[in-house]
Amino acid sequence: MANRPGLRDGGSQTVNRPVEPAVEAELLTLPRKRYGELAGALAVLAVLAWLAMSLANAAIDWGVVRDHLTVDVLLRGLGTTIILTIVAMVLGVILGVVVAVMRLSHSPVTSTVGWLYVWVFRGTPVYLQLLAWFNIALIFPYLQIPGIWGARTVDVVTPFVAAAIGLGLNQGAYTSEVVRAGILSVDEGQTEAAYAIGMTRLRTMRRIVLPQAMRVILPPIGNETIGMLKTTSLASAIGVSEILSEAQHIYFVNNRIMELLIVCAVWYLAAVSLLSVVQFYLERHFAKGSSSRSLPDTPVQRLRKAITSGKQARR
Amino acid sequence: MTTTTNQRPLVRAESVHKHFGDLEVLRGISLDVSRGEVVCLLGPSGSGKSTFLRCINHLEQVNAGRIWVGDEVIGYRQQGDRLHELNHRAIARQRRRIGMVFQKFNLFPHMTALENVIEGPVGVQGVPKAQAVARAKTLLTRVGLGNKENAYPRQLSGGQQQRVAIARALAMEPELMLFDEPTSALDPELVGEVLDVMKDLAQTGLTMIVVTHEIGFAREVADRVAFMDGGEILEIGPPSQVLGDPQHPRTRSFLSRVL
Repeated sequence: MANRPGLRDGGSQTVNRPVEPAVEAELLTLPRKRYGELAGALAVLAVLAWLAMSLANAAIDWGVVRDHLTVDVLLRGLGTTIILTIVAMVLGVILGVVVAVMRLSHSPVTSTVGWLYVWVFRGTPVYLQLLAWFNIALIFPYLQIPGIWGARTVDVVTPFVAAAIGLGLNQGAYTSEVVRAGILSVDEGQTEAAYAIGMTRLRTMRRIVLPQAMRVILPPIGNETIGMLKTTSLASAIGVSEILSEAQHIYFVNNRIMELLIVCAVWYLAAVSLLSVVQFYLERHFAKGSSSRSLPDTPVQRLRKAITSGKQARR
Repeated sequence: MTTTTNQRPLVRAESVHKHFGDLEVLRGISLDVSRGEVVCLLGPSGSGKSTFLRCINHLEQVNAGRIWVGDEVIGYRQQGDRLHELNHRAIARQRRRIGMVFQKFNLFPHMTALENVIEGPVGVQGVPKAQAVARAKTLLTRVGLGNKENAYPRQLSGGQQQRVAIARALAMEPELMLFDEPTSALDPELVGEVLDVMKDLAQTGLTMIVVTHEIGFAREVADRVAFMDGGEILEIGPPSQVLGDPQHPRTRSFLSRVL
């Protein structure tokens, strides 16, 4: 507002003319009326009401949905889904960091190997990779570290292990690109400053570069964790009993297809919501010292502020 | 300290050459800096003075020549008439004796001022944390920021950030401090507070090599001033001589432009 000082000058001139006292302070402002916004909101509410009524009258037996929400088999399936998500993401993130560092290496061999890994595992469908790991025993019937350990492949690579390896390796290829972008986003001066106080390369990466890269890395990783939670349903194709396959087993018998799909949807949404909360706190942790002076408030802090400001308003 | 180490210069650069591709940046720099001496490097931008400074702690590799700090050649191990580059770990160890302050401060933004200062002692030297914190507080007070230990770099002005950066370098108890245009990124009114801290350090007898455009600082604080252009030291001597009565025509024309 460039004309503010001008206005104020005008004000002081009126004071110089001893005509009227400053009554401007008493003038109240009102926000403009938002009729369009109101109409839009009403229209959206009408559509929602119509949807709710249709769903209520649809041939969905909500009793069946409620009864199946906490069925043992489904909860166990949910557990498998969550554990598979965690294992695959942990594997994916570790691989992602390693491959990202490999790709940024000065050694052409190391960086090319990193590039090849990304090329193969990002370039083929994850479904294909799952099937390949599940059938790995066809080409490697025995696994062994000579003289130390050996076993039949089918005993080691169970459907769950095949799914965890397949999803994790695929995820690693994507995560490595995210991590690489994060590392590149950190100013080179940071590395130089760390070297200048005698830090080794590993320590510089761990203490200085990666913590700052996390701010860039976390949002997409959060995104991909949520994606992974849903992609685990593909593991049903190789016989992993995750929640969606368990639901299918139930509805093949009782034919309550939509009801059981709704049950699954409810659990997926619940799990995703939980992940979003975790992501919020992680992002907040790694936002330390970043552009905005204060961190975003946690819900608890917001509640506390709402209560205290309410008290102040009442005073 | 024995007299022999006192006589021997702390820093000795012997005919240092450096090129980036075809561009020759340093064409045989030789310079001795004694213990406790403050040497200012002046010169137009592109003259190689920052590159030379960065060679002293091996942030840049030299292509020929040697730089000694104390009794070690920085970055290399001599075998016959060849210098073999040391591994990263050995270079990291050498850098612990050399503090560096950068033009753009390069504080770690995810750490508070105090955490920035203790990172080196605790993480690199293995100093017990309580001891490092106590010393860091003393250092922050010494640079006039005793009340800012919990501030993140973003919350500090440029001058304050640079003073934290100086404290961070001092926390390693270096024998030698390198300053790479420490005031060039600062608003004019903040330059003084950083130069004041540097003057104090010079008075404590710390060996300092300072790349700067602050002629006044060089005149007042430096024991010797070196004028560089085209990757060479054209003139070196006490400030009264180099700044007051420059001999080389390029020194004269440079000083006439900046004074």
